[in-house]
Amino acid sequence: MTGQSPAVVSASKLGLTFQTSDGPVQALSNVDLTIGKGEFVSFIGPSGCGKTTLLRVIADLEKPTSGSISVNGITPEQARQSRAYGYVFQAAALYPWRTIERNVALPLEIMGLSKTEQAARIKRTLDLVNLSGFEQKYPWQLSGGMQQRASIARALAFDADLLLMDEPFGALDEIVRDHLNEQLLELWERTNKTICFVTHSIPEAVYLSTRIIVMSPRPGRVSDVIESTLPKKRPLDIRETPEFLAIAARVRDGLRAGHSYED
Amino acid sequence: MDSFRDKLIPVISILAGVVVAWYVFAVILNAPFQRDLDRRAGETPDVVEFIGKTMAQPKPTLPAPHQVAVNFFENTFLRKVTSNRSLVYNAWVTLSSTLLGFAFGTALGILIAVGIVHVATLDRSLMPWIIASQTIPILAVAPMIIVVLAAIGVTGLIPKALISTYLSFFPVAVGMVKGLRSPELTHLDLMHTYNASPSQTFWKLRVPASVPFLFTSMKVAVAASLVGAIVGELPTGAVAGIGAKLLAGAYYSQTIDIWSALVAGSVVAALLVMVVGIAGRLVDRAMGGRPA
Repeated sequence: MTGQSPAVVSASKLGLTFQTSDGPVQALSNVDLTIGKGEFVSFIGPSGCGKTTLLRVIADLEKPTSGSISVNGITPEQARQSRAYGYVFQAAALYPWRTIERNVALPLEIMGLSKTEQAARIKRTLDLVNLSGFEQKYPWQLSGGMQQRASIARALAFDADLLLMDEPFGALDEIVRDHLNEQLLELWERTNKTICFVTHSIPEAVYLSTRIIVMSPRPGRVSDVIESTLPKKRPLDIRETPEFLAIAARVRDGLRAGHSYED
Repeated sequence: MDSFRDKLIPVISILAGVVVAWYVFAVILNAPFQRDLDRRAGETPDVVEFIGKTMAQPKPTLPAPHQVAVNFFENTFLRKVTSNRSLVYNAWVTLSSTLLGFAFGTALGILIAVGIVHVATLDRSLMPWIIASQTIPILAVAPMIIVVLAAIGVTGLIPKALISTYLSFFPVAVGMVKGLRSPELTHLDLMHTYNASPSQTFWKLRVPASVPFLFTSMKVAVAASLVGAIVGELPTGAVAGIGAKLLAGAYYSQTIDIWSALVAGSVVAALLVMVVGIAGRLVDRAMGGRPA
């Protein structure tokens, strides 16, 4: 036993340049980052700051053009091949021709689990996101918030230790969003997963995270890293406390600093 | 019920307009020949009598609607279905090669689309040929197909069906290429995060996503198949089928027969498109489609 668990995500001098018809665009530049097991890390910043790109690099949906990155101590590609993470997209991205149950079963089918094992996991994960009773519904029969919960269930179904979430609640209204934030925290506490969460909402980032990575655009880079001092148990009204507001103010300052040279 | 009436009234008004115009043209077009007949017979009918006669010729230039309707009714319902003159019998002959050709064409179209979507070389090499194939007039190709196949001993249903295939594979191929490429980027990314194999992505994502495109293109293809089957009957000297009826009618100037064969062809086409449409709706329902 080594005592300290290895980093789940570890990046150094990471850079990614897209070649577009308007010339090269630096989406990520010189990103250093270490995420430990069980952390809840939020990436926040204005659009174009590379937060989604960074998440996609971790997921091996994009290849970095410089620097190095490892996920669970191996390359992102190897991690993806060993199904190390569940990914939740901004849109629920449920397959419309599958029922909720069959949507959650999709990764399990692909990974070749037995029917009985599939059924057990579908039941467990749908319970976890409070969607029991909706197994036989088609996605269009569910509200936006329920669809997103189903897509989280799908990402949890195969028990990856890392959950990558790209603005999962961005398209939902404030009330549903609060509710889902609460549920997500509860879920994180129960499952002890590592979560990387992209958002552009300051309250959401502060409420959820153990650490907030503030990013700024052109080129996309990390401009501040804020450790949260909030306790692990967080009722919704923690957002009224001075401690919460102080962290939110720091995040806001970080965002403003990143922007200052532009306008 | 109201929406049904909303749809019915416009359709019926147009139909009524067409029938009226048809009668007018029947009188105008048949008048010269009738005048000729009357002059030879030394008759001088009044206007009403004259108009009546233009709509009762045995071989009119343009038969009146009721002449076609009577002929269609007699040849559809009053004859034994085994009779060579029965429109049911002739429609069945054409329908059987239509269906066979449609099945071949759909299978071929899907096969080509799968190839084009998965092999970049095929995408570039095959597509121009597929488009070129449809610019060749089918009337020019049909006799050659029949003759060449007869030379190697293939006769009967297959050559006719192949002409239907030639016309029907195209819409299916084009529609399915679009359908197999229709999945959204996030749906494809999702498969990538699961490290799904290309065949898993194909069966679990591309195929279900392409189903609505398949049925839309099958509607076009089945109508094209029918045209192919009719055209295929023209150069073969076929003794039965809607195409054979058309040809015989033209040969003996039986214009009424030609028109009722045309009506039979349209009825078959409408039924085929309807059947494909209903099948499409059933499949959509089974795949959790949202009721419109």
